[in-house]
Amino acid sequence: MASMIEMQHIEKYYGAFHALKNINLTVAKGEKIVLCGPSGSGKSTLIRCINHLETIKSGEIVVAGHRLNDSQKAVDAVRREVGMVFQQFNLFPHKTVLENCILAPMRVRKLSRSEAEATARKYLERVRIGDQAEKYPAQLSGGQQQRVAIARALCMEPKAMLFDEPTSALDPEMVKEVLDTMVSLARDGMTMICVTHEMGFARQVADRVIFMADGQIVEENDPESFFSAPKHERTRAFLGEILAHH
Amino acid sequence: MTLDFSVVTDAWQSLLFGTLGTLFLAFSGMIIAMVIGIAGVVILRMQMWLPSLLVTAFVEVVRNTPFLVQIFFVFFALPLAGIRLNPTMTAVIALGVNGGAYAIEIIRGGVESIPKGQTEAGLALGLHKHEVFRLIVLTPALRAIYPSLSSQFILLTLTTAICTSISAYELTSVGQRIEAETFRSFEVYFTLTGIYLVISLVTMWCLAAIGRWAFSYPQR
Repeated sequence: MASMIEMQHIEKYYGAFHALKNINLTVAKGEKIVLCGPSGSGKSTLIRCINHLETIKSGEIVVAGHRLNDSQKAVDAVRREVGMVFQQFNLFPHKTVLENCILAPMRVRKLSRSEAEATARKYLERVRIGDQAEKYPAQLSGGQQQRVAIARALCMEPKAMLFDEPTSALDPEMVKEVLDTMVSLARDGMTMICVTHEMGFARQVADRVIFMADGQIVEENDPESFFSAPKHERTRAFLGEILAHH
Repeated sequence: MTLDFSVVTDAWQSLLFGTLGTLFLAFSGMIIAMVIGIAGVVILRMQMWLPSLLVTAFVEVVRNTPFLVQIFFVFFALPLAGIRLNPTMTAVIALGVNGGAYAIEIIRGGVESIPKGQTEAGLALGLHKHEVFRLIVLTPALRAIYPSLSSQFILLTLTTAICTSISAYELTSVGQRIEAETFRSFEVYFTLTGIYLVISLVTMWCLAAIGRWAFSYPQR
């Protein structure tokens, strides 16, 4: 299987704080990865390096065949291929749902308005929110906003999707609708890296679960083995913490 | 003391043109101020030390010196540079530059109030930094500071009275001329006060209406 994302020997600092320590991660095309770990372990930082929202000190990142470096061209190429969904949705408040979805396709992919709108309506239907296209983000619930954010990313027809704690800011009753959308996306073969503590989701769709602590990948395994037989003490402690409440 | 407002009513045409002159100074000044304000913030955001230093110095000099001195400076400095402008154009430039320095500070505050996630979402979608600023950050930032910008505009409108000092064509200079011809100081300045008050209130009302129209999207 061809690899979609390759990270080798990634080192990242925030000032003196060593945020990522020798991260090596290869994600195959169509693979679904769930990243978990305590807060401050570096999981968000890791996925934010993939689309260059964070810069690294050393190491190599190749995404869909594009080697990331500081040149705007390389960054552009990678960002065109990778969609991202954020914890806080980050929809643009002054634009309608539809305008949110067509902005980047028109600017970046140079689609005409009618092409972009057709694509946007297709993906809004896909996340079951087609009838809200003319509304503004503030008029939607959190779960609806996050589904729009997913649709907005999909409108760029990305080859891989990054999810940075997509359900953490949601009221409990809205978590399911967002997870269902993500599951259906996974079923369609999208390459996905999800930072999440939704272990049900991990069991359901992940090919691999990766546990991080202190900027390092501590353990990775298929979900069944990861949950039933965690190898490291830190993984067991973490799973004990989060599963205690479920 | 007997009051005689006929000197004022007789001069209604002059007062009307004076009022239009004041409005012209205020609007032109505000447009220049907005251009300077947005340009200044764009320069600050490039985070290059020399341009940033120049913008910061400009803001501090303008905000910490009297407008009367600034307008004299422009009036007497521009001819030395070979630029000859009539007093009204000089006043527009001085008002614009002065308002621009305040606008930079206000707009910068607005831009900083926009959550970083908005910028990141734009960048992650593949937009460039300047597109993110123009298409994503600017409108919500202006909305956030629109009330402050509006009061700054009212202040600028009232500041136009100082332009009398270089004989720019506006309401106060018209008033002074009527007073000089009639010696009816009370009637003239009583009337000017009323006209300025009406200008301010009407402008405030118009700005509020424009704000409701321009920023009609619902807020969380």
